[in-house]
Amino acid sequence: MTEPILNVEDLSVRISGLHILQGVSFTVAPTGVTVLLGRNGVGKTTTLRAIVGLTPPAGEVRGTVRMGAQSLLARPTHRLVRGGLGYVPEDRCVFAGLTVAENLRLAERRGVSPAYDKVFALFPELDRRGRQRAGSLSGGQQQMLAIGRVLLNDNRLLLVDEPTKGLAPKVVTEVAEVLERVAESVPVLLVEQNLAVVRRLARDAVVLAAGKVAWTGDAQELLLETALTRSLLGVGSGESQHLAEPGRAAPGKDQH
Amino acid sequence: MTNSVVDAPPAQVPAELTPQRGRWHRVRPFLPLVALAVLAILPYSTISLPGIFEGPVNSPGTLQLLAICLIFGGLAAGYDLLFGRTGMLSFGHALYFAAGVYGTDILVTRAGLPLWQAALLTITGGTILAALLGAVALRTVGIAFAMVTLAFAQVGAILVARDFGGLTGGEEGLPLDVSGLPAGLVGVTNTVNLYWLALAYLTLVVFVVHRVSGSPTGRVLAGLRDDERRIGVLGLDPYRYKLVAFTLAGGLASAGGVVYCLIVGGASPHITSSELTLSLLVMVVLGGPGTRWGPVLGGVLYMYLDHRLTAFGTSDAVESLPAVLSRPLSQPLFVLGTLFILAVYFFPGGLTSLAPRLTHLRRSLRTRSDPR
Amino acid sequence: MGTVILLTLTGLGLAALYFLVASGLSLVFGLADVLNFAHGLFLGVGAYATWWAAGNLPGAGSDGFGFVLAVVFGVAAGTLVAVLVELVLIRPLYSRTIEQVLVTVGLSLAGVALLQATWGADARPFPRPDWTRQVTGILGAQVPNGGLLLIIAAVLVLGALLAFLRWTRYGLVIRAGVENREMVTALGIDVRKAFTLVFAIGGAAAALAGALGGVYFGTVSPGQGSSLLIFAFIVVVIGGMGSVVGSAYAAVVVGLVQQFVNYYGTSGLGDICVVGLLAVVLLLRPQGIAGKVATA
Repeated sequence: MTEPILNVEDLSVRISGLHILQGVSFTVAPTGVTVLLGRNGVGKTTTLRAIVGLTPPAGEVRGTVRMGAQSLLARPTHRLVRGGLGYVPEDRCVFAGLTVAENLRLAERRGVSPAYDKVFALFPELDRRGRQRAGSLSGGQQQMLAIGRVLLNDNRLLLVDEPTKGLAPKVVTEVAEVLERVAESVPVLLVEQNLAVVRRLARDAVVLAAGKVAWTGDAQELLLETALTRSLLGVGSGESQHLAEPGRAAPGKDQH
Repeated sequence: MTNSVVDAPPAQVPAELTPQRGRWHRVRPFLPLVALAVLAILPYSTISLPGIFEGPVNSPGTLQLLAICLIFGGLAAGYDLLFGRTGMLSFGHALYFAAGVYGTDILVTRAGLPLWQAALLTITGGTILAALLGAVALRTVGIAFAMVTLAFAQVGAILVARDFGGLTGGEEGLPLDVSGLPAGLVGVTNTVNLYWLALAYLTLVVFVVHRVSGSPTGRVLAGLRDDERRIGVLGLDPYRYKLVAFTLAGGLASAGGVVYCLIVGGASPHITSSELTLSLLVMVVLGGPGTRWGPVLGGVLYMYLDHRLTAFGTSDAVESLPAVLSRPLSQPLFVLGTLFILAVYFFPGGLTSLAPRLTHLRRSLRTRSDPR
Repeated sequence: MGTVILLTLTGLGLAALYFLVASGLSLVFGLADVLNFAHGLFLGVGAYATWWAAGNLPGAGSDGFGFVLAVVFGVAAGTLVAVLVELVLIRPLYSRTIEQVLVTVGLSLAGVALLQATWGADARPFPRPDWTRQVTGILGAQVPNGGLLLIIAAVLVLGALLAFLRWTRYGLVIRAGVENREMVTALGIDVRKAFTLVFAIGGAAAALAGALGGVYFGTVSPGQGSSLLIFAFIVVVIGGMGSVVGSAYAAVVVGLVQQFVNYYGTSGLGDICVVGLLAVVLLLRPQGIAGKVATA
């Protein structure tokens, strides 16, 4: 048993009277992808945002979150990020009015040489489209930019929130491939609804329900238990199909 | 983010307010009536409170000051219907008050109408004005709403200052022609009647605001303040509820303007300034937004300080200070603005939040001194 | 013809004044979400500090290099006050927008009262170089030099601001922060440093407006800032909060409308038209002309 990279203990978040997370505890392994699952609105995004310190000012966060030996809560977001916590938010959040190159330049840090070669090797498109406005990129390209921006610096852990949301199936595959390569060197805590992508990437799974952790364990085992998956994730028929035919959206075999 | 808020499990019900101790709890509901009775018989008292008022309590000067304080207590309570209870940051509330003052003044002085007609027309007009401008302004939310209301009020200020059609008297203001007024409202000796009128106005506003905020509409307004999306989810139209609150507050403000016009005997352009709206905001925040008595207290106290600090500033005590201190202290707005900033930092709930805190402090001190 | 040119140039002079106040207001609002009612105070501080320096600061005066020195002193004072306001009063209330607005409201009331307490409520004659009192003949119009000075200053400030936003690291952070402040912090940048910077820029531009406005009007009074502030707000909303270029366009429109309508219509009508314009813009396009984009 290796030391987890991230320890979340008894995390509670309350936002304007709503008790969204009620004592969530889980760990993230130091390698590979840990996926955070659950029905819509169960608090997956809230969990990631609480970890990276982006709970809105009206919100109240309790519990402990540690990355290695370091306690994360109550530290400002920019410090956490500089300390090696990379965050790729839901809906990409690229700066639409800035060019691709400017979006990347923003992530540069004083005294640290940015890993442009690594990023451009993963996303050659970002190099070619440097002068284009990020707002005019396609959804997939924006997602690449959002991930590339974070990879310019070294990270100890990546938080990635629904990277395939709203993307065309072909692009979903591309994003999944990239994340797979990224996860070879950095542990990832991933929020993902597309079970085919989960099947392809995830080693461990944490399932949230009603503001609490309902299940943790091996992701691949979870996906095999159709009944369990259905009751925990409320997967509709459409997504069950993803389950039944994993090759559809994400060609390639299971990694485990 | 939105999803997680909407579908999240229901919030825990906040703990019920712990009931106050027995006797106090029974007396408490009658306190406002006692206060009203005391205020009503105050003019019969001849007590002098040197330092607090210049003359005896029943002198015309003191009564006029008290009447103005009461009017602004009511005005602040009405403004709180917007700011504290619905969460609308309007920067143009002075407009409806000014409409009340100038409307009455113009209809009585220029058109020669009897007071009751002028008052009725003015309040109706002020309410309609609030409904119309509110209908436009409420298409925006948040800071844009604040800006639009500020701009509308600025139009009012320009109209008054430029004296279009020679109605408003421009920079000079317009003294009220008292010849046609009921005799009981004219003259220094009748200041007491104006005082009672102001008290009646304050009572009316407090009553209306209290009734509205206790009604289903009031609960929707409170919901709008806390989270507008949730009201939308319930299938209610936030726009209509906000317009109702805006119109009602505007109508109450113009009614206050009518009484104010009688008390000060005319209209002057400074009541149209954005500074007056800002002062209303200061009053509400100082007193305690969203509470029943906070805005009233804030309004009364603000106007009292505004008047008295001028006297205080020219008093010997202040004049003997070095110029660095005495000059700013002679500016009421400097003192009030500074107080206000401190209030925002150190007692965000306003004056009314201080009482429970003091009780808490006292109690904790007592337990600490208890021998174990 | 001469009248039209005169009105255009005086309208542009007014627009320059609005722009100097509105550009900082717009950046502060766009980046930090602070509706800064104390911005008029920065203008007042700039004007009074210039006025004071011209009379008291060694080397400074009302003419030539001495006047430049006085203006520099005024701008420095305005910048300093703005930075202090941000650090001491605004920063502790980070993200609590309403409280921040309330604090700036209190500050605007107290600050103006303080100016009034120190230098009196009445307008004072402003020290200005002789040439600014004269007029220049342009295409048959006799245009006051004070107005031309304002226009030149505003154009220079606009150019400098755009260059700063376009070419510098902090400019990049500000442009990104106007779009999505949270995401800037999520990239490891302390966005609050940029807040202080936009307050400093806004304070400097407003103080310059105070000094040059003093030259233009020939007097300085404590309330000057507050009355300009309302129109600056209107310019900011019409131009789109956070957009420097939008503020420039909107300032020109507002200045020209005011000048022309006030001249050809009744005095005061132009001001009302401007408010009408604001209402129309807000109803048709609530995000303003240029939306929430910092450069273009």
